[in-house]
Order: sequence, then structure tokens, then C-alpha cells
Amino acid sequence: MDSIVVRRLKKSYGRTLPPAVDLQEPFSVRQGELFGIIGPDGAGKTTLFRLLTTLVSPDEGTATVEGLDIVRDYRQLRTITGYMPGRFSLYPDLSVKENLTFFASVFGTDIKTNYHLIGDIYCRLEPFEDRKAGNLSGGMKQKLALCCTLIHSPRVLFLDEPTTGVDPSSRREFWETLARLKDTGMTIVVSTAYMDEADRCDRVAMMKSGRFLVTDSPAAIRGDFGRQLLAVRSDEMFRLLQDLRKMPQVDRCYTFGDTHHVVLNDGCKSAPEGIGRILEEEYGHKGVSVRVQPATLEDCYMNVGG
Amino acid sequence: MKGFFAFVRKEFLHIFRDRRTLLVLIGLPTMLIVLFGFAISTEIRNVNIGVCAPDKDVSIARLVDKIDRSEYFTFKGWYGSAMDVDRAMKKGEIDAALVFSEDFSSSLMSAEGAEISVVTDAVNPNNASMEVMYLTNIVYGYFFSDTDSMRQSPLVPNLRMLYNPQLRSSYNFVPGIMGLILLLVCALMTSVSIVREKETGTMEVLLVSPVKPIGIVFAKMIPYFVISCMVLVITLLLTIFVLKVPVEGSFFWMILVSLLYIILSLGIGLLVSSLVKTQIIATLIIGMVFLVPVMMMSGMLYPIESMPYVFQLIAQVIPAKWYIEAIRKIMIEGVPFVFVLKEVGVLLGMTVVIFTAAVLKFNDRIE
Repeated sequence: MDSIVVRRLKKSYGRTLPPAVDLQEPFSVRQGELFGIIGPDGAGKTTLFRLLTTLVSPDEGTATVEGLDIVRDYRQLRTITGYMPGRFSLYPDLSVKENLTFFASVFGTDIKTNYHLIGDIYCRLEPFEDRKAGNLSGGMKQKLALCCTLIHSPRVLFLDEPTTGVDPSSRREFWETLARLKDTGMTIVVSTAYMDEADRCDRVAMMKSGRFLVTDSPAAIRGDFGRQLLAVRSDEMFRLLQDLRKMPQVDRCYTFGDTHHVVLNDGCKSAPEGIGRILEEEYGHKGVSVRVQPATLEDCYMNVGG
Repeated sequence: MKGFFAFVRKEFLHIFRDRRTLLVLIGLPTMLIVLFGFAISTEIRNVNIGVCAPDKDVSIARLVDKIDRSEYFTFKGWYGSAMDVDRAMKKGEIDAALVFSEDFSSSLMSAEGAEISVVTDAVNPNNASMEVMYLTNIVYGYFFSDTDSMRQSPLVPNLRMLYNPQLRSSYNFVPGIMGLILLLVCALMTSVSIVREKETGTMEVLLVSPVKPIGIVFAKMIPYFVISCMVLVITLLLTIFVLKVPVEGSFFWMILVSLLYIILSLGIGLLVSSLVKTQIIATLIIGMVFLVPVMMMSGMLYPIESMPYVFQLIAQVIPAKWYIEAIRKIMIEGVPFVFVLKEVGVLLGMTVVIFTAAVLKFNDRIE
């Protein structure tokens, strides 16, 4: 069964500005699905979250969450969704425990009732229960925010860049928690800037200028890359990048870890060895290594929609 | 309801965590009362006075002695001529002078009568007119009572200052300060605390909760209502026991009118918070649109009747004007409640209008 159904959704913040969200194709998120949204800053991710959590109303189109219309039934909808905005939005002058107690009572419940949902995150925070939320580290803040969002056992969870500014091990823990929550049947929509995180989602939507460009499982998106991708290294990485961009066979070239990823033009059939030879002979690079690279999600992200 | 009380509890926690602000809120009325009650006053005290009397005699000396003994004036010295008086005034030795005509005492008996000029430094017109008034009073008093031979004048003005016989400025300021502080605590603090939630993004999270948004803001009003009541009590205690301004009228009605004004101010705070997005703008609006007019145009410092017509009209829509008037009537004049029905009616009407506007304008989305 579908948890979130969007037929068409449009929202702009000013007459002169292009719409922040302009979804023309219908899309839906299944119940218990972990749905990721990736896209550059300003793609409209936050606005989409605000639309689905009834914080802003759409200019055109409608959507339902758990069968409830985001415009008409917004009151009811607010009782069953959990929303964690991108920036830290708890009370810095209240202690960890006070924050959690407050959000629990706002939703008409208490910490004990839903402790099972937050237990494995909150146990990490328990030593700091009396510390002011403002004095927590970035990762701790996010954990606390997630606890406060989960405390009323929402059926649909919206997380807007929850791991931005969080250290890798905390990120890993965070995603393990999400996986556990997903297993309880909770629908989770999460936006992220990290591609390794997007890989953990059931399906991923790539968003740009308010639209979904691709919506599919990470594996399918990778499989659909459909272009020749090479990973190139040499002793002079910076000059290599400039030289590669000059080559007629190369469509795009960007750094990727300690290599440069090169997307070849569609018609170009030259093998990795060919490119390597040109670099050595025409551009005088030393220590050149060129190999065929299977596309990662980041490559798809970099190349989608130009 | 449980959610609502959680909110109220949270608001109190915010206030108690922010000790400094709380201290300011409680300290402010004390400071203003002391300032306006003692330091800033329109009464005159210890004005330096010089006297020019070409024919000094006992009667003039006694008059000067009487003036010097009053707490309002300090006798600085005798001057030979009007020129000397002028010079002394320019040098700043004296602020006022009495100039007696020649042959003063003997002319008193004559048909033409004698003459005294009262000269004052009118750079500050308020002070100058006060000095003239006080001096004239002392001189009149001296010649009509102290020298009983002078009872020939047919017209003796009988001046009575009602409700404030000692002409103490605290009688005038106290209602004004109450109007000012209550507005400051209620409107400013409420709007800033609501807007802060918008600014920090917590409003987003709160809106996506089942608590009705209007409950969120009403929960914010309760702590400030309590603080305002405390401020009201402090102000009244200071007024009665430190400034010794008596409450002539009904205590009950005075408190009730104040509570109405507190609620009205809370409404103003709510309205402002629903219109703006940042704390700094909320502060500016409350400061510029509400506090300054309260100081200038509510009749606290300057009488409304002497303002240009346009400003008189503007003054009519300032809530503090009506509150100050009502409190003056009840507290200082001690009139029964029926005489302040108009003021209370206006305040009540304003409260209804402002709350309606605030609730209508309140958005339970973040657009």
C-alpha cells in the first residue's frame, strides 16, 4: 500500500522566482519504504518536506500522506507524522531530558510509552540527560532531535538532511537506527547530501530545480548510467584534470576521491588504453593509469540532467 | 490539555533559565519608579536667586529671608542694579532675581503702589514659569499675611490645587510608568519569545504537532501574564510605600483595569509576533510603534490637550492613554468606577479588536 501519493505538486515563493517545487509526474512512496531524496542545495528538498508535512500549502496540485490530504486534513495529518528539520531546532536552554519530556507531552504521550522506539539512541544520551541541549555536540544534537521526532511513534517520518555535520561513526549509527525503524513498518523519507547514505535507501529520487529527474532504486540508477566511465590517475593530478577537459573524447571530468572520473562522449569507443596513450604522448603525463569504472550513485548524480 | 500545560511549563523554564532578562523585568519598574519619583521631576528645588533692592530695609530683608528659607530657593546675594543682575544671570550665578523699585517700602503706602519685578532665566521655559509662580506666591503670601497692615487689596486670589496639593510630580508619573512598564513586559516579551521560536526553527517542529498553534501562543502569554502581575504589585508597593502616593479610589477597580491593560498588551505582542519574522524587527516595532508614542503622546509627559490636533487624534488610539487616564482618575482623584466607564470601555474594545486581528492573522503554517 502507498503511504505517500503525490499527483502533482507546485509551490513558488514569489512571482518572479522559479517554483521551488514543481513535481509534474506522479510519484508514490510505499508503506515501510526508506525513500531518499538527493539533490543540490536549492533543489527544493526542504520545500517538498514542508509541503508534505503541511507546513506550507501548495500553489497547485495535491498529495496525500497515509490517505490524508495535505491541505484538507492537515490537522489530522500532523498527529501521525514526524518531521525533523535540517537545522537543530530544539530548545538550547532546556536540558536533554526536558526537551524530550516536552515533545512527548506535546504529542500527548510520555517517554516510557515509546521508549522502545528511541531506546537504542537515547541510551547514548542518557549520561548527558541534565546537560543543556545547546551544549551537546553536533551528533548528539541530531540524536536528541531524532528522539524528539520519534517520541510519538509517527507513521511517516520526514528527515531533512539529518546527518549534515555529523561524524561518520554517528552517521553510521544513525542509519542503522533508520533501518530498524523501517523494519517496524514506518515510512521514512530522508534527504541527504551523502551518496553512501543514498545507497542505503530502498529508492532514491534525484531532485533538481524542483523536479524529480530520476526515481528508482540505487542499483537500478547505477545500472542505467549507460555511458563509458573511466577512472584516471597520473603524477600531476591538477594538470591532468585540465588536460582531460580539453580532450574531444571527454564529455565531463571531475575529481572523485584520489582519481578523476571521466565520462566519455556517446560516440567515442576508445578503450582506456587509448586515452592513457594520448595522455602520455600528447600531454606528457607520467605514471598514467586508466581503468574502467563502474558507475557509483555519485556519478549518476553528477551526470543527471546535465 | 496536557500538551498545553507542558507548554506553559516550558515557557516558565525558559524564563527562569534566562536570569538576566528576568532580573531586568523585575528591576526595570523599580528603577523607573525611583528615577521618575526622585531624580526626574518637574518640581523646582534650590533655585539660586539674587535680589536687587536700591533701598534695602527691614521689610525687604525679611522677605528675602523668607524666600531663602523655603526649600525652593537659595539666596545668593544682593545686586546693585538690574545690570548686575543680568551679568550674574549670564555667568550662571543665579537663575532668578527679584528687582525692587526705588523707595519700595514707602511707595507701598502711596496711591501708585510699589513694584517688584520677577526676572527668570527662561532657557528652560517649564522651570522659568514654575519659578515665577513660586516666587509670586511667596511674595503675595508675605505681603498679605506677614504684614497685616496691607489688607487693602479688594481681590485676593485663593488658589487650591486639587488631588495633589503639594504639586508632586510622582502623582502624575506613576500611572504613566505603570502604562509603560506593563506594555514593555507584556507586548515586548511575548512577541520576542514567539518570534524566537520562528527564528530558531522550533516553530516548525511545534506546528507539526497536534497541539493547536493558537494554544502554543496562549501558553506563551501565561508566564508573562504572571510576571506582569508581579510587576504590577511591585510598582504599586513602591508607589504607595516609597513615593507615598496614596490610592484614593477603589483598589479593586484599579487592579481590574490594570489586568485588562495587561491582557491588551499581551494581545499587542501576539499581533506583532504574527506579523514579523525576526526578533529584532519585533523589538523595533514594539519600541517605535508602541513605546515611543506611550512616552510622548499618552499624556504621561506632556498634556494631550496642548498637542496639535493631528497628534491629539493619534493619541486617542494609544491604549496607554486610556489606561493612564483611568488609573489617574481612580488612583489620584479617587472617583467611583462609573466615571472611568468610558476609558474601560475603550480599553475593552481595543482588546477585542487586537485579539481578533491577532488570531485571524495567526498562521498555522510557516508561510
